[in-house]
Amino acid sequence: MKVPVRRFDAIIVGAGGAGLRAAIQLSEAGLKTAVLSKVFPTRSHTVAAQGGVAASLGNSEEDHWHWHMYDTVKGSDWLGDQDAIEFMCRKANEVVIELEHYGMPFDRLDSGRIYQRPFGGHMSNFGEKPVRRSCAAADRTGHAMLHAMYQRNVKANTQFFIEWMALDLMRDEEGQVLGVTAMEMETGEVTVFQAKATLFATGGSGRIFYSSTNAFINTGDGLGMAARAGIPLEDMEFWQFHPTGVAGAGVLITEGVRGEGGILRNSDGERFMERYAPNAKDLASRDVVSRAMVTEINEGRGCGPARDYVLLDITHLDPKIIMSRLPGIREISIQFAGTDPIKDPIPVVPTCHYQMGGIPTNYSGQVVVPRGSTMNMPVHGFYAAGECACASVHGANRLGTNSLLDLLVFGKSAGESAVEDMKKFPKAHKDIPPDAIDRSLERLVRLDAQRDGADVHETRLAMQRTMQNHCGVFRFADKLREGVARIHEVAQQVGQAGIRDKSRVFNTARLEALELDNLIEVAVATMVSAEARRESRGAHVRDDAPDTPERPNGRDDKNWLKHTLWFKEGNRLDYKSVKLTPLSVPTIELKKRAY
Amino acid sequence: MNAPCEQPVSGINRGRLRWHCRRGLLELDLVFTRFLDRHFDRLDEEQLKVLERLLAHEDQDLWDIISGRGACEQAGLQGLVELLRAT
Ligand SMILES: Cc1cc2nc3c(=O)[nH]c(=O)nc-3n(C[C@H](O)[C@H](O)[C@H](O)COP(=O)(O)OP(=O)(O)OC[C@H]3O[C@@H](n4cnc5c(N)ncnc54)[C@H](O)[C@@H]3O)c2cc1C
Repeated sequence: MKVPVRRFDAIIVGAGGAGLRAAIQLSEAGLKTAVLSKVFPTRSHTVAAQGGVAASLGNSEEDHWHWHMYDTVKGSDWLGDQDAIEFMCRKANEVVIELEHYGMPFDRLDSGRIYQRPFGGHMSNFGEKPVRRSCAAADRTGHAMLHAMYQRNVKANTQFFIEWMALDLMRDEEGQVLGVTAMEMETGEVTVFQAKATLFATGGSGRIFYSSTNAFINTGDGLGMAARAGIPLEDMEFWQFHPTGVAGAGVLITEGVRGEGGILRNSDGERFMERYAPNAKDLASRDVVSRAMVTEINEGRGCGPARDYVLLDITHLDPKIIMSRLPGIREISIQFAGTDPIKDPIPVVPTCHYQMGGIPTNYSGQVVVPRGSTMNMPVHGFYAAGECACASVHGANRLGTNSLLDLLVFGKSAGESAVEDMKKFPKAHKDIPPDAIDRSLERLVRLDAQRDGADVHETRLAMQRTMQNHCGVFRFADKLREGVARIHEVAQQVGQAGIRDKSRVFNTARLEALELDNLIEVAVATMVSAEARRESRGAHVRDDAPDTPERPNGRDDKNWLKHTLWFKEGNRLDYKSVKLTPLSVPTIELKKRAY
Repeated sequence: MNAPCEQPVSGINRGRLRWHCRRGLLELDLVFTRFLDRHFDRLDEEQLKVLERLLAHEDQDLWDIISGRGACEQAGLQGLVELLRAT
């Protein structure tokens, strides 16, 4: 079959914060740059971010990148690479000021400088006390960021391909990346996008779980494409859960609700957090609260007909306070929980929020894989940034507001590396081996030919329930083992999923089937990696890894201070060491993570 | 069930509109999914045009409109907004 070919210097898949930042770098260097996106850029999931972006500007009080670095290493439970973390924290001021120059309407102090507010886990003087480090644009930080960077790209002549879905990564026999195949939604036709540099910025994959704060678009396409092309996925067992997502819907209820006096209760009406965290109670850290909630549910004290959620109670608060200090919460509760929180408590469950793992990169945004004696060999022509990538700065647990920073810093550095690499090895486009295109075409042909296939929605639901039940907030050895068997069965079904509507133009059923091919790779990688890691660290918490003096919080540095790599081929695991040596400062030494 | 996608109603493609209901905010995904399941197949051409105009809003503005926090400035959208809210 003849497939049309389009040629660019660089193609970027994804137009969220990371993709747009990378595109600025490439287009402004005069390179012919294309950005592909499933949706209009400003509708990327980055639009949901409200809390802000971290930078140690020190506008309201003293701050330093080294303190920020310390917080990030500690937050990561020492699984983050300290070279990448130093790089990110040192670059933060530069990228935030750049963003300001692109027209980002940050909130300001009277002096005109950027206003900063405190955020969980960000401290001054190496963990001493909270510091104001988060820069925000009212409650629309992500939205404003996308706008400012989209406009900048339009000026720089970036070419956008909107409502195009990338299907597969193309590599040659030597492993060099040559571009992607992509489908235009309007016609259903496949085109080859050939490039000297291919950069993935496809965002997270939070939809692998049944309960997720992520929008439907977060289906891990970049991870699926990378895995199918032989690239390993790093640290996929680490997912951050937010304690208060609306049960059954996932929509996030901000921590501010508990800050204003909201109380979590079980089916006996008991304020159970008093038992788990006598001092901080409902305001204990995210992971502590999430685990307490799951314990209550597992021990039969959940609420509702299936006893599968707990209640967030604010009925004792003055309705005026609810309306003035917690705007939007009442609407969310009425719309998605069917209860008015002024009169009745809100049903909530710990909900999947952020993916710490992803496509392995170094701090220059080059994708790296094991080859020969090195574990971190750059793959020619391939870069990744943002939530789909693992640099790794978040390690086993991300700090709030560090993700938007990650998009800016690594979007920029990945773009810069692509520019530099093209200068260093100026080459013509390489020929594309015909079989590099076949993979995508075969997937489409199979979907069209499949008779009586498994239903896409039902299969996705089976995947989501398996992940939620076997690989949730709190993990058990036997559940994980069963989960591995179960998720492989679901993967088999995905391989035979079918659609009834075979039309071409904007066929959402077909798009969802193609997305499911990606979700399932992420789900398998997560389950298999989690089953294998026999310790607790950051967001990965196992029942059989107790807190002892040698293993603080169940963390086993002797055996498990290492990154997981999952390979699709052979469903194989490998490990590589954590980079404990920063770029210029001494190592931040291991100690128990306690706040 | 999904309506077949390849039936443009005087230039408005139902498949395209369905895809435009995919948003960056989960709140909107949930509201529009329910709406599509219950009402989409019955919308007439006029209603589809109104839906198209509504979907052209930015995510945050759209959620403000649907949740009743923000006013809807364009005329003619209110009926559909009510339907979305009630779904
Ligand atoms: C409710 C919520 C609130 C948050 N608040 C904050 C916060 O305050 N601060 C913070 O630091 N972090 C926050 N986060 C996390 C942060 O928002 C995300 O990690 C970040 O926005 C991800 O950005 P990205 O550029 O990597 O991907 P996204 O913004 O998700 O963009 C992905 C892009 O890839 C495109 N794409 C994907 N697959 C394909 C394909 N196959 N073909 C073509 N295009 C494709 C999409 O169309 C999209 O343009 C929050 C997350 C959530 C869920």
